[in-house]
Amino acid sequence: MTLTKRIIPCLDVKNGRVVKGLNFESIKDAGDPVELAEKYSNEGADELVFLDITASDEQRKTIKDLVRNVASVIDIPFTVGGGVKSLEDARNILLNGADKVGINTGAIKNPKVITELMELFGRQCVVVAIDAKRNYNVDDSKNVFTENDKQFWFEVFIYGGKEGTGIDVIQWVKDAEKLGAGEILLTSIDKDGTKDGYDILLTKNVVDSVSIPVIASGGCGKPDDMIDVFKESNVDAALAASIFHYETHGVQGVKSYLKDNKIPVRL
Amino acid sequence: MVSVAIFDYGAGNIFSLKNSLEKVGATVDVITNFDDTNTYSGLLLPGVGNFDPAMNSIRDFSKIQFKEYVGNMPVMGICLGMEMFFEKSEEGKEKGLNVIDGEVIILPSSMKVPHMGWNNLEIKKPGKILEGVENDSWVYFVHSYRVKPESNDVITAESDYGIKVPAVVEQDNFYGTQFHPEKSSTVGKIMLENFLKECKK
Repeated sequence: MTLTKRIIPCLDVKNGRVVKGLNFESIKDAGDPVELAEKYSNEGADELVFLDITASDEQRKTIKDLVRNVASVIDIPFTVGGGVKSLEDARNILLNGADKVGINTGAIKNPKVITELMELFGRQCVVVAIDAKRNYNVDDSKNVFTENDKQFWFEVFIYGGKEGTGIDVIQWVKDAEKLGAGEILLTSIDKDGTKDGYDILLTKNVVDSVSIPVIASGGCGKPDDMIDVFKESNVDAALAASIFHYETHGVQGVKSYLKDNKIPVRL
Repeated sequence: MVSVAIFDYGAGNIFSLKNSLEKVGATVDVITNFDDTNTYSGLLLPGVGNFDPAMNSIRDFSKIQFKEYVGNMPVMGICLGMEMFFEKSEEGKEKGLNVIDGEVIILPSSMKVPHMGWNNLEIKKPGKILEGVENDSWVYFVHSYRVKPESNDVITAESDYGIKVPAVVEQDNFYGTQFHPEKSSTVGKIMLENFLKECKK
């Protein structure tokens, strides 16, 4: 046997509750983060990801409480991200019980924080989260792709997908790896919330640009979407939210289905 | 009730390990040096951090040396903690604890590094930590380096990641796991219980 593909439920947390938006907007309540974490862990999730989207001065305190409470009930790894800007933010997450810290906007604003985190906590703790979106204003300096006769490049977006950076995703993942990232959490803004399937073109190209693990995120609406992304790219993990939150498919059900379709999973 | 200590290098998640040990019935103290008299039945070197800073924190903050402090007490090294049992590591320049002969080398570049995720254990021979653990059990790995003991006799389980990665080592009172038992669900729990059983002896 060998390393399995990881199935990762994601919990977007705002003010202590799990929420899920469509294309980063229209937020619905989906439950208590600690209860859901325990449920997913018991059902056989391989890992969990929490993204705290609370934007307030209280954030550090709410994250600390969340991390402690989650770490007390589960015995699988979990990553926490959202608003991480400094070593202190990361320490607050890691020392309270999380295994990895996700850093997104903070890494773009201050790339050397990736290296500082790697040196202090080890590479495996550092997950660089990237929100990617197609930009149809192509120029020569970017890695250009074609789909349905249209040319575009993948642009890194920050502040929860609200602001473009002009940075090419393919270049950024290579830089992030060199700086000390241990893993890439790659979300397609174009696909997020659509339930239309993962962004295979994006995922495949990112996976082939780095030698660290990559988690695909955004667009999963059914177990077949996971099969597609695992078969069409060498991605290491698939993250999803809505298919697990609303009981359409339990974690166990999804994993059994993947196994039946020859995807190596832990069951 | 068995009382154990976790050595905190000051750079990582030890909350999960502490919590897991408490759940299986241990009283756990977190220590940052070896200055106080050793009243514990076991010591754990946790698995988060970087080789040199972690070695420095073990060596520099205490008046007494590691080997002297632990004596015959069971010691469990997890991931980085197990790597520190050896003489040296390609991750750093500092000397290791040197309680098991061998070194720590980087994983082959033909594979994705870190080796991150759930992989199976191939049990090579019976060991105290592996008691009650079935062959092929899933455990959670996150590491970029692997140990290369001078003698393969110390390896009780391996995992396949392109090459055979030593997953569990045992020598005398030193027990090491390359994976994280505190993150390996029910299988990990069995191993922590096994370690505590040794501590009680």
